[in-house]
Amino acid sequence: MSSFRIFDIAGSALSAQSVRLNTVASNLANADAVSGDAEAVYKARMPVFKAVSAPGEVGASVQVLGVVESTTPADRRHEPGNPLADAEGYVYAPNVNVVEEMVNMISSARSYQSSIEVMNTAKDLALRTLTLGK
Amino acid sequence: MAATDALFGIHGQALAIQSRRMELIASNLANADTPGFQARDLDFREVLAQAGQTGAGTAGLDTAALKYRVVAQPSTDGNTVDVQTEQAQYAEAALRYQASLGFLDGRIKSMLTALTGQ
Repeated sequence: MSSFRIFDIAGSALSAQSVRLNTVASNLANADAVSGDAEAVYKARMPVFKAVSAPGEVGASVQVLGVVESTTPADRRHEPGNPLADAEGYVYAPNVNVVEEMVNMISSARSYQSSIEVMNTAKDLALRTLTLGK
Repeated sequence: MAATDALFGIHGQALAIQSRRMELIASNLANADTPGFQARDLDFREVLAQAGQTGAGTAGLDTAALKYRVVAQPSTDGNTVDVQTEQAQYAEAALRYQASLGFLDGRIKSMLTALTGQ
């Protein structure tokens, strides 16, 4: 029965959004993790989504192609007292934009919720179809 | 199975088409954050007429019957999914599915009454 494809599609959206929530959590947790090396400092991570549909299928599920790191340069600060500072007294802060991460968090939570609703409705209808004529 | 089945009318096919439609809308919602994804839907009347002509049911629903959603608010990443529209359409498809279920249920019950004579 094709209605079970809905669970695959909505399920793929749930796992994709949870990857996105994970990267948001990781970015926010490391937002203040400074380093003395511009290369070694934490860089904001974000998932890349792609729509995939099997041949002959009408619906498309969503797949996480991978997690990429932001290429924005790290924030350079002069903090000679910091034990992590380099020879010139500079530390490098991660290029995490906290406001952007909060917006991402809300957006992914909303998408997660709407996929849950889709699944619930599909489940109710499938159950009603099973009890047809009873 | 003909489109106008003697016992169940169009409701058997209506169920299959609405469930396909819900699948499509679920994939639009799943890809609401995918850059470049274009929302699609199907025309119920057209697909039903097609299924009636070929007599093949909805198994032969090809991707040519799918239509792209007209964009209300364009976005910079090329995604044309409007979550509110999709949720409304999903609710509508679910309601129509339930309506067809109700008709089928009533039909089965009246046939059972006729068969058992009670």
